[in-house]
Amino acid sequence: MNRPLTIDKAKTDRSLFARIAANPATLASALILGLMALACLIGPILSPHPYDRVYRDYVLIGPSLTAHPDTTEVDAAMSDIARRMRVEIAATQNDGTKLRATLTSDRPIDARALRYFDRSDIFAPAHIVSSEDEGRRLSLEAPLRREVFLFGTDANGRDLLTRILIAGRVSLAVGLLASFVALVIGVTFGAVAGYAGGRVDAVMMRIVEIVYALPFIFLVIVLTMIFGRNFILIFVAIGAVEWLDMARIVRGQTLTLKRRDYVLAAEALGAPARAILWRHIIPNALGPIAASLTLLVPRVILLESFVSFLGLGVQEPLTSWGVLISDGARTIQSAAYLLIFPALFLAVTLGALQILGDGWRGFFETRND
Amino acid sequence: MVRHILARVMAAVPTLFLIAAASFFLMRLAPGGPFDAERALAPEIAANLRHIYRLDLPLAQQFWLYLQSLLSGDFGPSFHWRDFTVNELFAKALPISAQLGGEAMALALIVGTALGLVSAIRQTGLVAHLVGAVALLGIIVPPFVVAPLLQLVFGLTLKSLPVGGWNEGAWRNQILPVVTLALPLIAAVARLTRAALIDVLDQPHIRTLRAFGLPAAHIYAHALRAASLPVLSYLGLAAANVLTGSVVVETIFGIPGMGRYFVDAALGRDYTIVMGTVIVIALLVTGFNLLVDLAYAWIDPRVRHE
Repeated sequence: MNRPLTIDKAKTDRSLFARIAANPATLASALILGLMALACLIGPILSPHPYDRVYRDYVLIGPSLTAHPDTTEVDAAMSDIARRMRVEIAATQNDGTKLRATLTSDRPIDARALRYFDRSDIFAPAHIVSSEDEGRRLSLEAPLRREVFLFGTDANGRDLLTRILIAGRVSLAVGLLASFVALVIGVTFGAVAGYAGGRVDAVMMRIVEIVYALPFIFLVIVLTMIFGRNFILIFVAIGAVEWLDMARIVRGQTLTLKRRDYVLAAEALGAPARAILWRHIIPNALGPIAASLTLLVPRVILLESFVSFLGLGVQEPLTSWGVLISDGARTIQSAAYLLIFPALFLAVTLGALQILGDGWRGFFETRND
Repeated sequence: MVRHILARVMAAVPTLFLIAAASFFLMRLAPGGPFDAERALAPEIAANLRHIYRLDLPLAQQFWLYLQSLLSGDFGPSFHWRDFTVNELFAKALPISAQLGGEAMALALIVGTALGLVSAIRQTGLVAHLVGAVALLGIIVPPFVVAPLLQLVFGLTLKSLPVGGWNEGAWRNQILPVVTLALPLIAAVARLTRAALIDVLDQPHIRTLRAFGLPAAHIYAHALRAASLPVLSYLGLAAANVLTGSVVVETIFGIPGMGRYFVDAALGRDYTIVMGTVIVIALLVTGFNLLVDLAYAWIDPRVRHE
């Protein structure tokens, strides 16, 4: 770890890609992550369902490949509408794309009552085909809407797939941005402590030690309480908790790097400390930094899910994988798919990041040897 | 040896003081107070409450008074659990959390070490891949997914185990929480053991043992001893958090342990409970760090002679 890094730009770049391509698990992970990010970015745009659209007639519909409504749903919705209209159903005929129904009543049926069809998620607006018996017998035709809910709907009647993809945007964004925050704080803190050395280093490392001993959940809860439940501040808070390991690693690297001849030469030439850190020390510590960063991202995503699980994360109607999982855990007895699908997306993403991170770390470790 | 321990304890005192200070003032930075309710209290009542709990004093003086009671081992009264002191609440909650955490750590140590050993001995093949999969699963499937799934399978479908509750610590109520707590630990222990063992098995002293023709079991016992150091560091760090209760596991399984009190207290601004939990955890962290150091010296002669 402490041996000098030889950086031959062209060579390392080539061998990095060659290495990723040579290891099928790493390559597959990179592909999966790319697909996941792409799906979360453009999936909600392509989806026929807005993520916050509530389908009142489709609450807790199980996952299925076939389109809704099926015949029982049509019959149930029709009898519900008939009850609201206070009419009897004389006959119905469902040909899969539209419903023909004959309604009867003691009194003439008011055509305005057909508005009940507009409000339904199952029928498109209905129109009257014929009216007999002075309006007491009405034949009408209502086209059926076709809705596909691949992963089913949640307890509010919202499409689960679209919500998972929207949640993925939030979780991935939090993962990347919070890691970035942790990276900036950790690298700055570690490099300054290591380079300054002496009493400054001792004080700064004592701070790291104290924050380490504070319970992690306590920090996150307190920070989210101070900042409020603001979307952007959640990842600032998470990043502010997760910078400790990075600071330790960078400090260790800086301690060895600052004794190198080229650093001494720069100092002798009168280069300011900031320039030395920026030009000489941080670039040469990039290997271990990158390695720990790739393993930081899954940790941060998991932490965001955990914070959301406690109800401190993003707020409705926006959502994240943690929120979806916690909703799913509540309905596990009646609708386990509400837990399983978001958990699957989370697990696949975390697994891919983990495998990628392990491969990446292996790459840097072998290069350092 | 005794001198070394004493020096470590003395060094921990300022750290603990700073932790107490940091958490005390951080907590007060958060908006809201312990007596905020949906219906605002009459101003006289609110003022009275604040006076009784000494919240009307200047912050520095409150901190000073708190430190004084802390030195005599008193965590103060709870703000929400009227008529209960934090000490009384902890006396009930901490043993429960510690029992679950201890069982989970023991399970993780046994299963994790076994898995790590098996996959280090045969580094390729089905078994190694299975262990790798278990280790990965423990990381990517978080407890808040595992817990409801276990409830669904064993509690609701098979109806063989209770879905939650503590029930005075009946063993049937403990199985699911302990397994949930142990899974991520098993994964970590297996990964660490495997990596360390592969490293150790390559070293000259193991080669010497092989050259002497010692039985395999004997050699692995030697290697395990050397490979236990990173596992020990990890468990020492994890112990404080595991023993003081997992928020997720205790919430989902409805267990009256420290984790649940802690989250409720943090959300309800029950300052004394939050402070108490932070200090208990910090004490445990310091204690376990010391224990790990001592264990290092016991296991590794090189550390002892330094």
